This record gives sequence, structure tokens and C-alpha cells, in this order.
Amino acid sequence: MKFASMLKNRKALIGLILFGITVLVALFPGIFTSNHAPDVIGAYSPNLGLSTSHLLGTTSYGQDIYSQLIYGARQVLIIALAAGGFATVLSVLIGITAAYMGGIVDEVLSLCTNVVLILPTFPLMIILARYAGTSNWVMIIVLVATGWSYGANQMRAQALSLRNRDFLEAARVRGERRAYIILFEMMPTMTSLIVANFLGSALYSVLAASGLQFIGLGNTASDSWGTMLYWANSQEALQAGNAMWIVAPGLAIAVLSAAFALMNYAFDEIGNPALRPVRRKDLRKARKGADDAVEKDAVMGAEHVYTDAS
Amino acid sequence: MTPLLETKDLSRHFKVGAKLFSHQLLHAVDDVNLTINEREIVALVGESGSGKSTMARLLAQVYKPTTGQITFQGKDVSQLRGRKRQLQYRSDVPMVFQDPFASLNPVYKVSHGIKRGLKLHRPELDAAGRHEELLRVVAAVGLNPPEEIIERYPYELSGGQRQRIGFAQALAYRPKLILADEPVSMLDVSIRIGLLNVMAKLRDEEGVSILYITHDIASARYVSDRVMVMYGGHVVEAGPTETVLADPKHPYTQLLLSAVPDPRAPLAITTEAAKAEPPVVIDPKPGCRFRARCPIAIDQCAHVTPLLQPLDPQHKAACHVTAPGVTAAA
Amino acid sequence: MSTPTPPEPFGWEPGISMSTLSEPQPERLPEPLLDVRDLRIVYDSPRGPVEACSGVNLTVRPGEFVGIVGESGCGKSTLLFGIAQLHSAPARIAGGEVLFRGKDLVTLPTKELNDLRWRNLAVVMQSAMNALNPVRTIASQFEDAILAHEKWSDERIRERSAEVLRLVSIDPVHLDSYPHQLSGGMRQRAMIAMALLFTPDLIVMDEPTSALDVVAQRSLMVQIKELQQQLGFAVVFVTHDMSLVSHFSDRLLVMYAGQVVEFGPTREVFDTPSHPYSKSLLDAFPSIRGPKVPLIGIPGDPPNLANPPAGCRFHPRCPVAQTPCTSEAPELYTLASSPDVESRCLAHRPTDPIDISLVNDAKEVQTS
Repeated sequence: MKFASMLKNRKALIGLILFGITVLVALFPGIFTSNHAPDVIGAYSPNLGLSTSHLLGTTSYGQDIYSQLIYGARQVLIIALAAGGFATVLSVLIGITAAYMGGIVDEVLSLCTNVVLILPTFPLMIILARYAGTSNWVMIIVLVATGWSYGANQMRAQALSLRNRDFLEAARVRGERRAYIILFEMMPTMTSLIVANFLGSALYSVLAASGLQFIGLGNTASDSWGTMLYWANSQEALQAGNAMWIVAPGLAIAVLSAAFALMNYAFDEIGNPALRPVRRKDLRKARKGADDAVEKDAVMGAEHVYTDAS
Repeated sequence: MTPLLETKDLSRHFKVGAKLFSHQLLHAVDDVNLTINEREIVALVGESGSGKSTMARLLAQVYKPTTGQITFQGKDVSQLRGRKRQLQYRSDVPMVFQDPFASLNPVYKVSHGIKRGLKLHRPELDAAGRHEELLRVVAAVGLNPPEEIIERYPYELSGGQRQRIGFAQALAYRPKLILADEPVSMLDVSIRIGLLNVMAKLRDEEGVSILYITHDIASARYVSDRVMVMYGGHVVEAGPTETVLADPKHPYTQLLLSAVPDPRAPLAITTEAAKAEPPVVIDPKPGCRFRARCPIAIDQCAHVTPLLQPLDPQHKAACHVTAPGVTAAA
Repeated sequence: MSTPTPPEPFGWEPGISMSTLSEPQPERLPEPLLDVRDLRIVYDSPRGPVEACSGVNLTVRPGEFVGIVGESGCGKSTLLFGIAQLHSAPARIAGGEVLFRGKDLVTLPTKELNDLRWRNLAVVMQSAMNALNPVRTIASQFEDAILAHEKWSDERIRERSAEVLRLVSIDPVHLDSYPHQLSGGMRQRAMIAMALLFTPDLIVMDEPTSALDVVAQRSLMVQIKELQQQLGFAVVFVTHDMSLVSHFSDRLLVMYAGQVVEFGPTREVFDTPSHPYSKSLLDAFPSIRGPKVPLIGIPGDPPNLANPPAGCRFHPRCPVAQTPCTSEAPELYTLASSPDVESRCLAHRPTDPIDISLVNDAKEVQTS
């Protein structure tokens, strides 16, 4: 139901297409380029301009930029999806548990969430990456560790607002177990938010990973776009007249991020209206007993007697 | 005849107050003695803050009582140990909620709640039996054709239809007593009657008792056999519906009745109702909680809490002036 | 006690007959204060335009209390917003005029419209809890309202604010309170006080009592009625609660599926409803007095306005519908028997009316 609506939404459609292209490139790089070993140094003459045999030119190491870009997609996508995915799982678990359990559990989890939230993430990432090493998995762990807290707050807020909704109370009164209620009654109503969260985390991961790689904290031997930027920068590509070495990976990162962002828009728009019928306004919700302060107005006078109208 | 459900001195207090260690207690329900017999509809009438919703949740075991006892079919409810017995209580005493737009999970079909309920509470049925029962209860609340209705999602049904599903969910358990917490307040006027008729039908044909909680005394009159009026956490008057409405003894009941607009009644002389609103009862002192708005309050009302006194075998009221009697020192 | 009393300063004595308060105004026909002509309001939905109000006509005379009654989806709130020009996309006015003191509000330039607002035409929203800004005192919100239209001194603002609060029997000490410190009934009355700041000619109210308990409701209604008699403003009161408004309104307008189905003096509409919907609606109220009768309400659901039924929009649910009703859309006909009442039912068509004999336990409706 929701995916069909996605297709109707133009922003989502564009995002989906861009994302789809990236996925294809990542899965089947061989189709897109004949050069299957783009990192080999000196395969071609360095700093060549754009031509039919080198669509985006070559680096100052004599590597074909275009095939590097193609092969780099896989790395970037893996990091984005893995980091985004794990971060989302973590934020969902922590956020919903905090909201549903309440009390001390909520206090402790919220404390952790908020502490991690206010830590300056980029410096933290730099420090962690510096000590933990430079493999891709380390990067994923670092991104997850610094990126889950924002989503956790969102999940908690959403779950809190749902917590007192009658259908959850109905489930409780029905005698359902707590775990069942959380997994099967509460979470399905939050799918839009969870997917939106995932897309947001993936977006964040793309940018953060590329950033880390750019400053040299990633695996500098890898294919990824961020690494390309690193090398291009260290070789002063712009001064060497090889702008494409920087522009190409930069643009690719931007396009993938945009894809996630566009898809995210769609989920924001689709998310709630399907859950809330527009049929009538919440007229009588206000009647549901307001907890008002005590306020006694002047009584009209004690000599009145209430009479029945008959 | 042993009553189906009885409460004795049931109270529920909540901690309130902003300060971390404040001990202010909100007395939502205080010393309520309630009786519900088989095959009857009892209306619990009160305005916001009267404690009626809290009563529903106490009886549904969403809240635990602060003091007092709930006895169901002769057994103390708090002594029910073990998941099996607790599930049994939940199936004997289910609840129907007020908001038709929030009481059904929007991502599942409307039959979801009924199916889960059947699975949890009617273990004797197999899959085919459950399906049959599902269709039976949906038809019993007036939704036809049941086969088509159960395939719909909540947003495809109107408010009135959703409330009927709520009743169908309760009916699926073969309950003894249904707790209906303001089931028609959020429905259009023309739809309410339909639901009220369903409730009467459930009492007559399925033998179910219903605790009908409402602020609308007119609908309470339409559907209930007995009525209890609550104010500020206390029951102030109780008795057979026609008796109480024909001859209300407690000033609050009289106020409620005079405030109800009735399009068919001739426009009558009424008096200015007190502007004050029902109190939020925090750390109350003894005395009648209605005294601030009461036109006939006497000195005693400020010091001694009135208890329910029988005026005739069925009709009770808690008022020092209109129903004086032996009152315990509060 | 049954002779009309002159408007009293607040603090009136008990025992005023309700019938006095809602007696129809003596026969005089001044220029209507508000004249809504053939108003059509349309919502632009993704599936095409949906007409929420189809050709609504409504007049309000100075000092009159007009009640608009209908259930959810009938278009009454949309109508109100349209009258006050408060509607926003996707709703738009697709036709008709809203003449207020002779000027058409629909085409009025914004500056003139803002001039009119609050000074001559005020609005009281439903659910004051949400209409009042929770982080500002009552005084500062009144100040906002005043300063938007006049440049009064601080002292004058304070004085007027206190005055209007007293009018609604709230102690002026609450000027410095925040909304959450007031009870629900008080907040609603504060909203009404805010509407009275410039003593407008017309106050338009959208279900102001629906969030209140029945006792507070009655109290608020009486208060509004008193103020009306005292200050002379007209009221358009939208509600779903027909029984509530019946005791206080001079004329009653019943809406169904975006159309006016009955409009006339309250007493007449109540005693002898001429439209089957009004009649069924009245019958749907269980009575607390008199014999207990089984009621049926109105089976079925209101129609989908994107695709209303052909002919009379009420016919699928009408207890006395006949064949012509399914294809011929009735207009708003003036009743031959009571020229003040209009009814949208083929039974009251001047030429060739259909015969409906509505027989009920309690009464029979006269057909023309």
C-alpha cells in the first residue's frame, strides 16, 4: 500500500531511480566498465582529460576515474546500508523499549541516548577511527555508535504518543504479553517512521563515511568515493588541472545522498495520513477529561433549589 | 442472588505534584461500593473528574486498587494468580473503549483484534470454530454481511461501525460483564441509538451484563436498569434508573437532570447552575465534596463525609440533608 | 416571571424563564446583518473537487441567535469558516456571496476584511484549550487582539480586558493566569470574552461547548444568551447537539450533506419538523422525562460528498422516501403552512408535492 503511493510521489520516484541506478552499478560493475582493476597504478597516462576511452579522465596515478567511480559504488553502498541499518535497529530497540517500559528503564536509556547525542560526533569519530584502525567494518561500527541516538529519541517520542492509544490499551486488556504488544501492535504502526529513520541514517552514513575517508581515516587502499577524494586532495588535483578527479566522486556522493533524501521526503508525506483518517476532526477528543487545575468560581447564591423540569 | 461483580470500599489514589518527593495524592476513586448483577445494564454517570473512567480501569485490572476489594463471581480478583486465571478474568470482563478512531490498530484488518481475542481466550475452538465465531459476533452487533466486513481496514468503516466492532471483540470472549467506557460519546447523535440498542440486545439475547459509563444521563436512562451517580470520586446516588430519575435525592443528581437539554420537553423555568466545575480531589479533608456547589449544604456537610444511606431498599443517596442517617466519623 | 425583562446588568436573579430568552424577536424586518447567498465551498482533493457546501442560504438579523445543526461531515464547520473567511487551501469558495452589513466578504480586500474582523465580526473556536496560547498569560493574549486593531494605551487595554472578563464572570485577577491554570469552562469563557473586546455585531461560534461537561455547557449557554440580550450582538452557533441549541436559538438551520435541509424559527422546527431528517434527528434523542420509548436513530451513514446520491441526498436513509426522491433533487421550498420555514423535501414542493405521512408514536407531521 505504501510503496504504491511512493511511486505516485514524484520526489520519491526520482530518488528511487537514482538509488536503483547506484544499486545496479554496485552489483554489476563489470557491465558498466571494461576496466576491472581500476586501482592499478600506471595503467594509463596520468591526468588525461575527458575522452571517449576515459569518460572522466585519469588520475595523476594513471588510473581511470570512471571505472574507479563504478567500482567505488559498492563500498559506499555497503557502508551506507549496513551502518544505516544497524543504527536504525539500535535506535528502534532502545527508543521503543524506553517508551514502553517507562520508569527506571526509561530514565537510564534516555540518559544514555542523550549523552551520546550531545557528544560531538565528528571529533569522536576521528578519535575512534584513529585508534580502532581503518577497515570498513570499523568504520561501520563507529558510524553506528555515533549515529543511533538521534533516531532513538524520535522513536521514543513516537512510541510515547502511541503508548496510550486505545488500541494498545485494548491489547493489554485483551491479555497480550508485553513483547507481543511492542513487536506486533506498536511497531507495525511505526513502519513509516522506521523506514524514514533508516533512510536518514543511510544518508548520514554516506556523508560521514566519505568525510572520514577524505581526511584519511578510512581504508586508503579501498575503492570508495571518499578515498578517491582523499587521493585527489593529497595529489592537489585542482592545481594539477584535474578537476574531474574531485568533481566526479563528489558529485556521486551528492547524488546518492540526494536519492536517500528524496525517498525520505516521500515517507514523511505518506507516513501519517494513511494512519489517521481525515473523515472528521477530533471534535470530541477535547472532551476526554482535561486535568484542570482546581478553580472554584463564585457560586451564584445558596438560595437556589434545583428542580426537576417536570 | 449473588451479584456478578461487587466492589467494597474500592479506592484508587494517584501521586501528583511537581516536586520529586511531594506526597500529594489525587483521590480519583474513594470508597466505592458497586454491585452488578447478571443480565443487567448498570449506568455509571458522572462528569469529568468524577472517577468513572478510573472505575472502569480498576475493574479491567489496568490499575490496581489502592485499597478495597473487587469480587467477581464470589472470588477476590486480586487473588487471581497465574496467567491462566488472569486471562480468564480478562475474558469474563472485557472492555470497550470510547474512541472509535483509536481503538482499532490501523495497520491490521478489523478482524485482527477479534481473532487474537479468540485465540487467547477460547482455546477450545479450532481454526474453523474460530472463524465461525468471528462471523457470529460480527453479525450479532449488526454488521452485515460479516464476511465482507471482516476484510476491511478500520479507515474503511465509519465511527459507528468501528464501535460495533469493539463490542464484537468483547462478545467474542463469551463475557459475563462488558465494561463500556463512554462507548457512544464520540459518535454522532443519530448513530448512538443504534449502539445503545445493540447493548440492550446483548443483555437480552446473549445474557451479558454491561457497565455503561457515561456523562449523558439521558442515554443512561434509555438503556440501563440501574444507575449510579458519581461525583468527585464518590458515589452520591444509586438505585433503579426510573426511581432515581423520577425522584432524585442528591442535589448533584438534581443539578445534572436540570442541566440536560431535552428537545421534547417544554421549555421550563430553570435556575442558574453553579459556575463551578467538578473538583480535582487532592488530599481531601472529610466532608461532602459537593458542598461548594450545593444549594442546601448545612454545617455538617463541611465536616462529615456523607455515606450512602438507603432511602428504600434499592434507592440510596449520600447526603446529610436529603438522606440523613447514621454516618461514621470521617 | 414570564414577561420579558429588560437587559439586566450581570447578576440577574434566579427564575428567569428560559422561554423568555428564546422567544422570537418581535416582528420587525431590519436589514439582515449577515446574508449568505448561494455559498458554495469546495475542497480540492487529489481525487477531484468535493463540494462541502452546496448553495447555502442563510440570513441573520441584528441581535438574532441562529443555530446551525448537523452531524459530522454535513459541512457546518466548513460553512462557518467560509463565512468568517478563515478557510484555507484546499478549501475554496467556488461561488456565492457572504454579505456582512452589505459588503461581500468574499471579494473584500484584505485590509478592509481585517478592519471588520473582531470589531464587527468575531469568532469563537471550538476547544479553547487549543486556541489559547499555553505559554502566554490571558492578559497578553487579549492585548494582542486589541493591538491588532486599535492603538490603545496600556491602561485602557487592561481596563477593557478586565471588563470583558467580568462580563463572563471570571475574576479579573485571572488576567495574569496562564491557560492551564484555568478550568475548561473558564477557558472557553475567556475565549468568549476575547470575542467581546470590541463588542462586535456578530459572533460566530463553532461548537464552543463540546469540550465541556453538561452542567458547564448549560451554564455557558445561559451566559452567552444573557450577554446577547445585554449587549445586543447576533450569534451564529454551530453544533451537533440539537437539543442544546434548541433552548437558546431564535432560528434553527439544519444541514445535511452540505445542504440546508430546514431553516426556520426554532419553535416551529422543533414542534413540527418538516424535513424527515430533522424529524429523525429529533427522535434520536432519548428523553429523561416522559415514557421510555424504543428509538431507532437514523440507520446508515452520511453520504460521501465526493459522490452524493442522485436526487435527494437524504433518500437512502429516509424513512419515508419514495420513487421521485431518488431522481429529483428538491430545492428549498417555503412551507405553505408556515411561510417562515423552508424545507428541502419534495413533500413541500408547491407544485405536485409527494405525499409523506410521517406517523409516529408521539406526533404527526403536517404535510402540505
